[in-house]
Amino acid sequence: MVWRPTLPTDSTRLDVRKTYKLYIGGAFPRSESGRSYVVSNAKGKFLANASQASRKDARDAVVAARKAFGGWSGRTAYNRGQVLYRIAEVMEGRHEQFSSEVAASEGLSISKARAVVDASIDRWVWYAGWADKLAQVVGSSNPVAGPYFDFSLPEATGVVAVLAPQDSSLLGLTSVIAPAIVSGNTVVAVTSFERPLPAVTLGEVMATSDVPGGVVNILTGSASEIGPWLASHLDVNAIDLAGILDPEEATALEVASADNLKRVRRPAQEDWTEHPGLSRLTQYLELKTVWHPIGL
Amino acid sequence: MYNRKQAARNPIRLGRVTTTDTGVDSLADVTSSEDRLRRFLLGLPGVDQVGAEARAAALSTRSIKTTAKAYALDLAIQMIDLTTLEGSDTPGKVRALCAKAKRPDPADPTAPQVAAVCVYPDLVATAKFELRGTGINVASVATAFPSGRSSLAIKQQDTRDAVAAGADEVDMVIDRGAFLSGRYGLVFDEIAAIREAAGDTHLKVILETGELVTYDNVRRASWLAMLAGADFIKTSTGKVSPAATLPVTLVMLEAVRDYHEATGLHIGVKPAGGIRTAKDAIKYLVTVNETAGPDWLDPELFRFGASSLLNDLLMQRTKLATGHYPGPDYFTLD
Repeated sequence: MVWRPTLPTDSTRLDVRKTYKLYIGGAFPRSESGRSYVVSNAKGKFLANASQASRKDARDAVVAARKAFGGWSGRTAYNRGQVLYRIAEVMEGRHEQFSSEVAASEGLSISKARAVVDASIDRWVWYAGWADKLAQVVGSSNPVAGPYFDFSLPEATGVVAVLAPQDSSLLGLTSVIAPAIVSGNTVVAVTSFERPLPAVTLGEVMATSDVPGGVVNILTGSASEIGPWLASHLDVNAIDLAGILDPEEATALEVASADNLKRVRRPAQEDWTEHPGLSRLTQYLELKTVWHPIGL
Repeated sequence: MYNRKQAARNPIRLGRVTTTDTGVDSLADVTSSEDRLRRFLLGLPGVDQVGAEARAAALSTRSIKTTAKAYALDLAIQMIDLTTLEGSDTPGKVRALCAKAKRPDPADPTAPQVAAVCVYPDLVATAKFELRGTGINVASVATAFPSGRSSLAIKQQDTRDAVAAGADEVDMVIDRGAFLSGRYGLVFDEIAAIREAAGDTHLKVILETGELVTYDNVRRASWLAMLAGADFIKTSTGKVSPAATLPVTLVMLEAVRDYHEATGLHIGVKPAGGIRTAKDAIKYLVTVNETAGPDWLDPELFRFGASSLLNDLLMQRTKLATGHYPGPDYFTLD
């Protein structure tokens, strides 16, 4: 008798039920707390398990983001644009996966989900283009009464905490992460609680598309639980409250953010399919003004 | 010599060395000749490498929270030898370090002072002047730190210079080349000579465990240093990787515990290099308590050779006090 491996037929193959992990500092750890939660599709059917991030995961993510900040903000704007464009390219290769996850998470038809993924990829490309144009548009040379060439330059503010939109799991997430990192900030993003899967896949895209580890950190879990720790964290320089639905909660987070004068973006009714404009892009910038003597 | 029959009658307790295990009647005999010293050191029971590492790993899983954590953080700060040992050290940098030693957290006067400031011999006078009246010791490395490759006369002079400049503690390095080639007598005599040159100052003997390779060698070097008159045994210079590790420190703590059982003397332990986070420091404190015992939870008997560790301890302290995470922007740069 010759031994032959028995391959499972389609009917006997067991499902590989994955527990999706977090994305911190370029690695995919489980939550420090060991918690996970069940992710269901729009109809309530089991989709997958996701790690439920804790405050300590948020703390670790901030450390990773801070560590990555010097290198990322120190790159040339042109290079950052290339890396963002590369994200769009890698997403294109995973178009089908994103489409099916968005369809399942948001309850869209597959063709509508494809349109959402298209829009998300286009948004990365759009923001990628801004990398080396931001300084021209936002910066200025200023007329001053003295023998100085006076100019202002935009610089990244630092670590940006993003509480991503709860409804729009991919387009919304893209629309809050891309404007922060294109100018050199690093991001700690808390995903939509009920729809985290496209964000997990976006983390996998980040890991394979030249984005240095730590520039984007993705935590799946509850924004209400992790948000206050990020808002009061003194090593976080800005916070986007897009994913907070309750106005009182948003106010509390804004108060917690005041301690180290974080730049806060309050939640508002936003249509993520609309043209994003520059307001998010310019939210996370510091203007540096230089007085350079002339005529000497 | 190691007595197999005797060992068979009285099985050795894991990791514990007694004079009977090694077949000597008293430790005074051991140092009477190089031959006896060699026989004693080579007769020390071997360290169970897997066991030591597993024990260290198990001890690092202890959860230290709330009031115990607050106590551990303050104790760890008081145990720090705040260190700068760079070729680029300047008097200004040493003064800044001394200011930090005196008042580690300017925003919080309840933060305790560190134990000592550790510098090169030529900067001892600067540190001594800055720290006058504070009770903070000045430690100086000596004996051709970090390699220790120089003649005995130069090492003695190096030590005397540091003491003359006002050092309260001297950190010497052993001759690893001699130790590894089995010339234990030479290493012993050198430590004894430096002990004499150092006078009344506290003598810390750096074993440079990263170059000793095996835990057996670490155990032998620890006993050798203690027999030769060390007040402290210290893991590393911080210039060699790996520097301090938890298992190595565990082996050294076992050595001081066994030496205490044999002689009644308390010898201190100082891990140095590579300890950067409060979490690591607390793991070391747990290991100290579980290995040598609570007597050693005292800056007189346990120190951390570190610089960046202090900021992390202060940040954890602030986190406990305020309830939110602080950032490195609010503490001094090293």
